[in-house]
Amino acid sequence: MTNEEVAKDLIRQFGEDVYDFDDPYGMLTLSTTREQIIPMLQYLNTHPIYQISFLTTLCGIHYPDDPNPEREFCVVYQLHSLVNNFRIRIKVFLAEADLHIPTATTVYLTANWMERETYDFFGVIFDGHPKLTRILNMEDMDYFPMRKQYPLEDPTREDKIDALFGR
Amino acid sequence: MSTVLDISNKNAPGNNLPAKPEESVQYVNELTTLNLGPTHPATHGIFQNILQMDGEKIVSGEQTIGYIHRAFEKIAERRPFYQITTLTDRMNYCSSPINNFGWHMTVEKLLGVTVPKRAEYIRVIMMELARIADHLICNGILGVDTGAFTGFLYLFEERENIYEIYEEVCGARLTTNMGRIGGMERDLSSEAIRKIRAFIKRFPPIMREFEKLFNRNRIFMDRIIDVGGITAERALNYGFTGPNLRAAGVDYDVRVMNPYSSYQDFEFDIPVGKSGDTYDRFMVRNEEIWQSLRIVEQALENLPEGPYFADAPEYYLPPKKEVYRNMEALIYHFKIVMGEIDAPVGEVYHSVEGGNGELGFYLISDGGRAPYRLHFRRPSFIYYQAYPEMCVGTTLSDAIVIMSSLNVIAGELDS
Repeated sequence: MTNEEVAKDLIRQFGEDVYDFDDPYGMLTLSTTREQIIPMLQYLNTHPIYQISFLTTLCGIHYPDDPNPEREFCVVYQLHSLVNNFRIRIKVFLAEADLHIPTATTVYLTANWMERETYDFFGVIFDGHPKLTRILNMEDMDYFPMRKQYPLEDPTREDKIDALFGR
Repeated sequence: MSTVLDISNKNAPGNNLPAKPEESVQYVNELTTLNLGPTHPATHGIFQNILQMDGEKIVSGEQTIGYIHRAFEKIAERRPFYQITTLTDRMNYCSSPINNFGWHMTVEKLLGVTVPKRAEYIRVIMMELARIADHLICNGILGVDTGAFTGFLYLFEERENIYEIYEEVCGARLTTNMGRIGGMERDLSSEAIRKIRAFIKRFPPIMREFEKLFNRNRIFMDRIIDVGGITAERALNYGFTGPNLRAAGVDYDVRVMNPYSSYQDFEFDIPVGKSGDTYDRFMVRNEEIWQSLRIVEQALENLPEGPYFADAPEYYLPPKKEVYRNMEALIYHFKIVMGEIDAPVGEVYHSVEGGNGELGFYLISDGGRAPYRLHFRRPSFIYYQAYPEMCVGTTLSDAIVIMSSLNVIAGELDS
């Protein structure tokens, strides 16, 4: 069971909807559309040989500087097959104007809090989630703190300006 | 003139009900809401659970977490790589060295640095000692929650000894910040080796005594057997890892499946349970303590000679003596301390077997001095969502025991 094997099988299964194949540090990485993400998770989960049925992480990434506005947000699913010891990383890119993605709680119960955390940090809305509220931050927070436009430190502070290193 | 409204008009239509029977007890068919936490002493941390109780039985539970959320993932986006180690300390603070080395190994994987064998063995020794300390706390406190304080007290003396070893190795006790990217910050001193040897000798009889006190104790067994059980299938779907998953019968251990830091050199067993209940979790942790001790013994016995840090001057802080004498070392020292070392572009996921399970680091580097994005896979956060399900149908006292045996660490939960 190699990266190429799984990649070819996924292309056979999902055709145009899987793209951007890569294997940084040996881990198969690919992108798909939000329409295909749940069928893909289900396919990998129930595949008789692959048995990629363990959701290791689910998190969001913000790329505000990406020239393509359709790729501003990214939701990353890292899955693991405990039978074959095979890991795969699936990315779904989303536009800021339409931050909707179907929930993975229908496949994995563990996605529940991971999705709430992603919503809490980035504002990605997981359609069909049983209870999509903030989890780590307080309920009346009115922004999504992990987005890059919110700097960690107060930008108005002048004593923090470091002219030498520019940060 | 206003008319007086006779509110006690007994003769009004509809009011002539028959007199109530003389009964003082009324049965009300409603649930009691019980607030367990956030600062309940039995929850060992700040967790809130709003339980719906039907008499003694728990009907449902709702969790509130985030009381000590410190935005580590956000802070990490501004810090140079070596400064993030201090953040990892504060996640699972019962076994900080595992977190520290897990992070170092992630960065080493990104940078492509190979760590010499001696450093890897020292890491293994410290990580296994940390695992012992972590499991000692969990199992000791499980005893306290069931009313047996003695075991906890005896074991804490041993944890203290482990902390003294930490102190000897890195100078700190709880938030250890142990090691560096590329190896250890200093070699194992002879005093540290003496302390580890003394620990290996002294610990087994105390652990045996602890097991004698609990393992076949009728009261203890009645209290925790078949409490908070979870099936293997359910546990996997909930993303359980570590001792809690192994108690349910799945032999997934990162140390064996994806060996890191020379774990393939050591011989040890993976204990597994059957029913995933509190007793199995307790027994799995007990056995893991023995296995960890075995690994420490082997690593100390076969500790290779050689350097304790990698030959990576760009990332590993040069020895202080060199900094004063050698221009190159001075430059590297300055660049590393000021965080001016740029990492290569890439994304990497690395996981280690933490005290509670698979502790993962998902690091995305855009080539800058700090990570572009860093996500921590915190096992406590992931398996704590199964807690209400495990509690339903049990009593409040069982709920306390289940939480205790899951070993939910607030720092790791909220990150």
